[in-house]
Amino acid sequence: MSAVVIVGAGPAGIRAAQTLAAHGLRPCLVDEAQQGGGQVYRRAPGNFQRPANQLYGFEARKAQAVHQTLDAMSAQIDYRPDTLVWNAEDGHLHTLSQQRVGTVQYDRLLIATGATDRILPVPGWTLPGVYSLGAAQIALKAQGCAIGEQVVFAGSGPLLYLVAYQYAKAGARVLAVLDSSPFGAQVAALPRLLLQPATLAKGLYYRAWLTAHGIAVHQGATLVEVVGEQKVEAVHWQRAGSRHSLACDGLAFAHALRSETQLADLLGCQFSWSPLNRAWLPSRDQAGRSSVPGVYLAGDGAGIMGADAAEMAGERAALALLEDMGITIDRVRGTQLERQLARIQGFRAGLEAAFPFPEQWASQAPDDLMLCRCEEISVGEVRQVVAQGHTDINRVKAHCRVGMGRCQGRMCGSAAVEIIAQAAACPPQQVGRLRAQAPIKPLPFGVEVQP
Amino acid sequence: MALFKRLTELDRPSVPFTLDGQAVSGLAGDTLLTAVLTCAEHLRGSDFSAQARAGFCLMGACQDCWVRLGDGRRVRACATPLEAGMQVERDPGRRS
Repeated sequence: MSAVVIVGAGPAGIRAAQTLAAHGLRPCLVDEAQQGGGQVYRRAPGNFQRPANQLYGFEARKAQAVHQTLDAMSAQIDYRPDTLVWNAEDGHLHTLSQQRVGTVQYDRLLIATGATDRILPVPGWTLPGVYSLGAAQIALKAQGCAIGEQVVFAGSGPLLYLVAYQYAKAGARVLAVLDSSPFGAQVAALPRLLLQPATLAKGLYYRAWLTAHGIAVHQGATLVEVVGEQKVEAVHWQRAGSRHSLACDGLAFAHALRSETQLADLLGCQFSWSPLNRAWLPSRDQAGRSSVPGVYLAGDGAGIMGADAAEMAGERAALALLEDMGITIDRVRGTQLERQLARIQGFRAGLEAAFPFPEQWASQAPDDLMLCRCEEISVGEVRQVVAQGHTDINRVKAHCRVGMGRCQGRMCGSAAVEIIAQAAACPPQQVGRLRAQAPIKPLPFGVEVQP
Repeated sequence: MALFKRLTELDRPSVPFTLDGQAVSGLAGDTLLTAVLTCAEHLRGSDFSAQARAGFCLMGACQDCWVRLGDGRRVRACATPLEAGMQVERDPGRRS
C-alpha cells in the first residue's frame, strides 16, 4: 500500500486525515505537539479543568469537533504526536521524537504546517515580558497564565482584539489595545467583511466588549518602543504626532500571521508572490496540489486563511490526493469546498484592508533596532549590506547573518524583507525569500539514531 | 519575582524541581517555561550580549527558550512538560 503522510495535526491536517481514512487509507499523521488541534485549537493538559467554551469561546464547538475527529480515528490512522520534522527529501521525512532521530517514508505528502505570528520588531522587543500575540494566547489557553499583571496588546489583525478580550475575560488587567490600523480602513473594508457576517460580528463583539469594560482601544496607534531594565516596564506609542507612555509589565504584539513554508521549499515546490500575504508562498492549484507531484498543501501553512478555511482546504487537498491515486471521490464535494474557500478568500482580502500592513514601519525603524533576535543583528547592519549593493535576502543573510540563527528567520524574516526593500527602494517581492535549510529547527547534540 | 501570573487552573498538585540549583516548584501540567516564569523572570541569556530572554512565541518556533536539564538534555522550555525532580539550568549566554 502506498504511504501517505500528513505533517501537522491542526484543523487542516486532521480533516485531511479523516478524509483519507474515510476512503480506506491509513495515513500517517506527524505532529510536533503532544496533543492534536494545532495552535488555534490547542488543547490544555489532561488535568486542566476549564470547559471548552471557556478555552475557545465562540469556536468551542468547532474545536471540540476537530479534537473528537482526531480522537475517534486512533485505530484508523498512524498518529505520531511529539514528532518534529526537521528535513524532507526524496520521499523521506527526517524526524526527531523523544531525543531520537528517525525517518518516515512517504509516497504522497500533505503539508499542513500552519503559521506563526508576523512580527515587526520595535526597540526593546527582546525584553522578558514581551511576547507575540499567539504566545500570549497560548499562555492563557494551554497554561492558564497571563504574560504579566498589567498587559498591553499592540499590532493589528483579528487576533489582537480576540486575545485582548480573552485576557480581560479571564481576569487579567488589560491596560490598552494599540491597533496600528486606522478606523477608516475598517469602515472601508466593511463590504468585503460582510462576506462572512458571523466572523465580522464576532470581531465587532470583542471590540465592543473591551470598550464596554473600560479598556482603552486606540486606532491608528503605533508602538514606538518597549523600555525596561531586566524586563518590560513601559511602552511608548504614538498617534497623530503625539507620544504617549504607558507603564506595564507585559506586552503582546504582532501584525497578523505568516505561513510556515520550509518543508515545501526543501522539497523544491515552486513559489509565487502573494500580494495579499505580502510573502512568497508555495504555488498550488485550487485543490491544493503543489508544483511537485505527490506533494499537497493545505491550511495556513500555504497562505493565511484561518481555521475554518484550513478544515476545508485539508479535506479538499486530501480529495485531490485520493483522486490522483485513482480512488473515486465525490467530485461535487470537491467543487463545493473550492467555492467555499473562494468566498473566504474574499473575506480575507477584506481583513487585509481592515488591518492594512503598516508600510511605514521600515522607514521608521531606527538603525539601532535589533532586527534578528537570534544573531542580534541591527537594522543598521542590514542597511549597510544593502548600501554595498546587495538586495537578495539570501545574499544579505550571507553578509550579515540576519535570519541565519536558531529560528531560521521565522521571527525576523518578514521584517528583514521590509527593511531591505525600503533601503533598496524596491518592492518586497524583489528581495526574494529566505531559502529553507535543514535542519529547519535545531537538533540538540547527542540525539540517538533510531535503529 | 515572577514574569507570568497564574489566572486559573490553580487546583493542581505541586511539582518540585530545581532552578539553577535552587529548590522551587510548579504545578502538574505546567510546561517548563510556565514553571520557570511563574517563579523567575527569564529563561536564558542571549548568544551575543548575554541579555535576559524569556521565550517569545511559545509554539516551538523562535528557539528563544532553550534550557539545560541535569541529565544533559537541552530542550525548548515551551514544548517540554515539567516533571518532578527536573534540574533546570539557565544558560547565562555570552558576550561577543
